[in-house]
Amino acid sequence: MTHSVTPNVAGADRELIAFRIGEQEFCVDIMSVREIRGWSPATPLPRSPAYMKGVINLRGAVLPIIDLGARFGLKTGEPTERHVIMVAHVGSRLVGLLVDAVSDIVQLSDAAIQPTPDVASDQVKSFVKGIFAVEGGRMISLIDLDHVLPEGEAEAA
Amino acid sequence: MSDDPFEAIKATFFQECEELLGDLESNLLALESGSTDIEVINAVFRAVHSVKGGAGAFGLEDLVRFAHVFETLMDELRSGRKACDEPTVRTLLRAADVLADHVAAARGAGAPVDPARSAGLVAELETLTHGGAAPAATTDLAEDDDFGFTPIALDLAAFEAPAGLSDLPDLPPLPDLAALAPLEAPMAAVEGGWKIVFRPHPRLYASANETGLLLRELARLGPTRVELDDSGLPTLDALDPNDSHLIWTIELDGDASEAEVRDVFDFVEMDCDLSITPLNAAASTEAPAAVEDDEEAPAEALAQAAAADLDIAALLASVGAAPAAEPVAPEPAVPEPVVAAPAPAPVAVAPVAPAAPAAPPAPTPTPSAPAPAAAAPVTIRVDLERVDRMINAVGELVIQQAMLAQRVTESGLARSSDIALGLEDLELLTREIQDSVMAIRAQPVKSVFQRMPRLVRECAEMTGKKVRLVTSGEDTEVDKTVIERLSEPITHMLRNAIDHGLEGPDERLAAGKPAEGTVRLAALHRSGRIVIEIADDGKGINRQRVKGIAVERGLIAEDAALSDEEIDNLIFMPGFSTATEVSDLSGRGVGMDVVRRSIQSLGGRISISSVPGKGSTFTLSLPLTLAVLDGMVVGAAEQTLVAPLAAIVESLTPDAADIHHVGGVDPVLRFREAFLPLVDVAWCMGFSDQPTALKGGVVMIVETESGQRAALLVDAIHGQRQVVIKSLEANYRHVEGVAAATILGDGRVALILDIDALVSTGRARSPSRAEMQMAS
Repeated sequence: MTHSVTPNVAGADRELIAFRIGEQEFCVDIMSVREIRGWSPATPLPRSPAYMKGVINLRGAVLPIIDLGARFGLKTGEPTERHVIMVAHVGSRLVGLLVDAVSDIVQLSDAAIQPTPDVASDQVKSFVKGIFAVEGGRMISLIDLDHVLPEGEAEAA
Repeated sequence: MSDDPFEAIKATFFQECEELLGDLESNLLALESGSTDIEVINAVFRAVHSVKGGAGAFGLEDLVRFAHVFETLMDELRSGRKACDEPTVRTLLRAADVLADHVAAARGAGAPVDPARSAGLVAELETLTHGGAAPAATTDLAEDDDFGFTPIALDLAAFEAPAGLSDLPDLPPLPDLAALAPLEAPMAAVEGGWKIVFRPHPRLYASANETGLLLRELARLGPTRVELDDSGLPTLDALDPNDSHLIWTIELDGDASEAEVRDVFDFVEMDCDLSITPLNAAASTEAPAAVEDDEEAPAEALAQAAAADLDIAALLASVGAAPAAEPVAPEPAVPEPVVAAPAPAPVAVAPVAPAAPAAPPAPTPTPSAPAPAAAAPVTIRVDLERVDRMINAVGELVIQQAMLAQRVTESGLARSSDIALGLEDLELLTREIQDSVMAIRAQPVKSVFQRMPRLVRECAEMTGKKVRLVTSGEDTEVDKTVIERLSEPITHMLRNAIDHGLEGPDERLAAGKPAEGTVRLAALHRSGRIVIEIADDGKGINRQRVKGIAVERGLIAEDAALSDEEIDNLIFMPGFSTATEVSDLSGRGVGMDVVRRSIQSLGGRISISSVPGKGSTFTLSLPLTLAVLDGMVVGAAEQTLVAPLAAIVESLTPDAADIHHVGGVDPVLRFREAFLPLVDVAWCMGFSDQPTALKGGVVMIVETESGQRAALLVDAIHGQRQVVIKSLEANYRHVEGVAAATILGDGRVALILDIDALVSTGRARSPSRAEMQMAS
């Protein structure tokens, strides 16, 4: 019991869930992910952006599904049973993020995060808070979930 | 909910305030409509007094000060020193409004009270109180008043039974028993002091008040002589322990004021006969009924009183030793049943005792169980969030049950199999649970209606019209979510009815109507919905004018031939209300489009009927709950959708020959003698790139909230069922054409169609004839 009380340096360590879309790896803070589940067919919503896959029933709640790949402007195909939905908190809402696969849980310190290089496209940059390198030469982009929901809620109505 | 206990108590206080203000208003309205019942005045007094008491405890000084002035006037009224005439009641009503403002401000829920208005009413109240004399500084009055409830509530010692009981012998000279002996000259004149005749009603005991405590309070004001008249006691076999048989006559010496004496009985005054007369005048004349009884049997009373004297020492000993729950049996002769009856109110026994043992038939018949007839329904306050959680859980239960049922059907089990039968029971049970859970949220519309008299008063004052508001069906119940959103449209329509519907007094008299206009506000249940009617007996809608305005604004063509009904409905058009001068004309259209929208957002409808010269009636029809919906499940382009049943007029399979195209483009369906716009749902919702082939399609004739009809084209109609409404906005946002979502038996989400939006936008996106032909 004694060793576990060693406090972390404040804010230094965070746990992230890494996932794949195509060949790319992204991650989100583990605290914002409530659960991970397999893809199930969604009910399409009329007049919604292409990356809105529709809504599914999450134990009685209506959960909108966002195809993250399409949202980032990456090429994606129709989801299959192998696809994964990460149920995440975005503000007070709960959304499902459709990704190819969840790959890892990584622990990193904030110091390891590098600002997004200028080479990234504007669209990607608006979702990516920063990038960092992990062993094996991988690069993971940290996603800012606040920007994945469709913008301009007001104008929608 | 706050964890701070003080805040929690404060919150309770404000909740009580709400009820008290409601009572206050309804009682004042009773006075206004001519009630002369002293109980009503007393009830008003108590409501104000209780608000003041609580406010004092929380240091809400503005509120206390205002309530105090209010209370002082009420005190004058209930003592009969001031007549309760019409102008007074009007002032009181306005004072009640300001009191409500003060409460709201103290709660932090309302705007700060307009000081001028408050001060004006304070002045008015004081003028009434002092009969025009210059009022004393009210703040001083407020200071020296006690802000608590009656002292009874603070007398904690009395509740520390049995220790409290054993303290009794040490009490101040309460039952001055020695003085009972020379009662031969019972009401001998004494300088100063009061004679109090106190005859409790059974209700007094039922509301857990104690005669003994009252007597003890009186004893604090000065030396007392107490006489008990138990001549009304029946014999034991005729005794109803729930009834009240005893009368006390108390002589109070000293210089206590009448108000002080009254204060003692403050909270029980409604539940007893009470007469308070100056002691030196008491012997002579005006003795109320209670006293007459008393005097009819003076000899008995005296004998018993004397007996009481003898037994008192033994009695006190026995009371002191007796456990609290078994108060009685000073005399072994007393049979068991009597002992059992008074158990709920044991504390009463001790003070009652001085006389009680002297009455051989039944020592303590008075403390009684609450009378069953008078009992109000027992209620509890529950955090709304808890109820919501339960409703959500039940909603899921319903869905789960439907899913299970579907699976069983799909598995091909016989309908008579145990599982299928069990499932049927489960379905019934689920439905029952759902109904009861929904009923928890149901509340009478009273809470909304109660706020309206004030609005009507203010409106009448502003417009200079005389208005009487008649309400009915306040007890009609509807889901709390609906109630909360009813207030605004009703407010709006009442204001409209007074502002635009009713004529001024002169005009009314000229038209042969009473000068006072009547506005009726009624609630009733009709075919599973709640209907709210707002009717006035004013001049009705001036159709010519309304039509003129509509033409002027370009809302309709100049030569449009409209039915009366259609003209009336023009006032709901958004463009109609934008002009400020409408309110100067006869139209009733100010903001009616807003009203209609808010009603529609509740899944409701609004309609008008108006007779020129006779008045107009607005009828709102709303669902009882926002949580479930009767829907028609339909299929369109592989999607399952739900159409609100309330909007569907009928459904049919159209003949290709019935489809025409207006101007060669927009498809319309010939339905009986009318041509209705045809809306292809799948295409309109973007579920299919091509318009639905008519072959095999089905149309639903729907009616929008504005009474417009249209034909919705779908692939198939699967059937009717009740669905649990799920918000799309909670996690996403509003979607055009979709009212909400629900979860079907297979666990999938189905969208609930927003018929109105579909019809209005559907026409814009209707398939062209070319597309239509291509498909068919």
